[in-house]
Amino acid sequence: MTAYLKLDHIDKSFARGGQVSEVLKDIRLTIDRGEFVSIIGHSGCGKSTLLNLIAGLTRVSSGAVLLEDKEVDSPGPERAVVFQNHSLLPWLTVYENINLAVSKVFGRTKSRAERHEWIMRNLDLVQMAHARDKRPAEISGGMKQRVGIARALAMQPKILLLDEPFGALDALTRAHLQDAVMDIHARLGTTMIMITHDVDEAVLLSDRIVMMTNGPAATIGEVLSVPLARPRRRIELASDRTFLRCREAVLKFLYERHRFVEAAE
Amino acid sequence: MSIQTVEDTKVKAFPVKPAEVIAFTAKARRRIDLLAIAGKLATALVPPAVVIILLLVVWQVACSSPTASLPPPSQVWNEAYDLIAHPFFDNGPQDIGLAWRVLISLQRVAIGFGMAAVVGVALGALVGQSVWAMRGLDPVFQILRTVPPLAWLPLSLAAFRDSNPSALFVIFITSIWPVIINTAVGVRNIPEDYRNVARILRLNQLEFFVKIMVPAAAPYIFTGLRIGIGLSWLAIVAAEMLTGGVGIGFFIWDAWNSSRLPDIIVALAYIGVTGFCLDRLVAAAGAFVTRGTTAK
Repeated sequence: MTAYLKLDHIDKSFARGGQVSEVLKDIRLTIDRGEFVSIIGHSGCGKSTLLNLIAGLTRVSSGAVLLEDKEVDSPGPERAVVFQNHSLLPWLTVYENINLAVSKVFGRTKSRAERHEWIMRNLDLVQMAHARDKRPAEISGGMKQRVGIARALAMQPKILLLDEPFGALDALTRAHLQDAVMDIHARLGTTMIMITHDVDEAVLLSDRIVMMTNGPAATIGEVLSVPLARPRRRIELASDRTFLRCREAVLKFLYERHRFVEAAE
Repeated sequence: MSIQTVEDTKVKAFPVKPAEVIAFTAKARRRIDLLAIAGKLATALVPPAVVIILLLVVWQVACSSPTASLPPPSQVWNEAYDLIAHPFFDNGPQDIGLAWRVLISLQRVAIGFGMAAVVGVALGALVGQSVWAMRGLDPVFQILRTVPPLAWLPLSLAAFRDSNPSALFVIFITSIWPVIINTAVGVRNIPEDYRNVARILRLNQLEFFVKIMVPAAAPYIFTGLRIGIGLSWLAIVAAEMLTGGVGIGFFIWDAWNSSRLPDIIVALAYIGVTGFCLDRLVAAAGAFVTRGTTAK
């Protein structure tokens, strides 16, 4: 069986003013359909770059990103991105923001009524249907991120890419949104890749956690499977042996073997 | 039972009183609102009115001596009364009210500035979007924008061989630079995230321009348009003085040639008020279009 998404010996380097800095080196990873994979690492390890490569927003220097055996060389709606700072267009309402995506992706295949129903279904999925006529400035940070997720899901992506989606939120809102994402993952079975620097979040949500070594020339240090049954409940997991063991493994990787040395930057 | 009914009537009787009280407070509130509005109007209108009256008094005193070279306000009022009181009279080709002349000038501004707005936004988008277009065009723009409006006039008269298109061209060339430069800055400042959203959705150039670029850069574009319309109003008066016709600019030149100084002063007031209104109009349009876009 061939992998759904395959990262095949990816190198990425940036050239700036004659100086070439190697960011990622020899990234090899396969992800199955429906899997939830987190990528964790210290800041500056190139995990956002890796996500941009999968999204097609940045081109690989060598190697290839293969989605269903087809090479990814440009961005597209089948690899929707949830951005860290939501990136909703402030002059459009919640509904119009999602409509922009839906009318572009389904403008030819769905009728106007079908598109409306599809927008409302995605708003319902993130429990934001009540705010459809509000502008982004009128809703809270957590709500904006929910709309950001709805917009990405409305593109009906093959893979949903989440770039530190909860990084800018307070702890309580963050927990609510993590639950919402788990729920969506369970209901839709969308393949998801999430960048995070939060160990608990990674263990709670993921089937596998990809741990990155420190840059420059960062690569995948270790891949940890999280053998926890779904649905997962955070309160029960707080004292669960497997959860704690996974958490410890990630913490040991990040803080013992690959400690972040600030001075090296 | 009887006690209960008594209680019931009591209970019913109570809500009536508060209802009356509410009616009174509503009236009182309305009166306070009127007072507040009147107060706001007074704070906005009284200071400028006082200053204008003071200026008129100083002017009257300074120009009252028989040897004064300029007419005092009382003389302006007396000699140019028909211009002030009847802005819309029409007594034949060269004898029309000042409002008509302003409208003719405004029509020229509308055409010239309209073209400048369209071309300016398009060029600004190009310069803001493409690094090479900026490197090539920006120095040219920076030099050309410093050329005074009237310096273009002889050249455009030579090119168009007619005064009306020449005047339009002068307005166009005067007002286009701030539109181009501000649009370019606005486009350059579009957040990278909006561009990424557009790339993921695979918006084509036209969709990106209409759906992302123009709304995102709208605050900058309107700043440019506001500066541009001010400049074009400056240019039209000067251009009309030289090209002739029936605009407000030519009226001033004509009045000067026939030594009607009071008419010139009235025309200046018309020009000033019209320019002020144009500026506020574009500002209001900008505020309306960009509502909600500035807040993140």
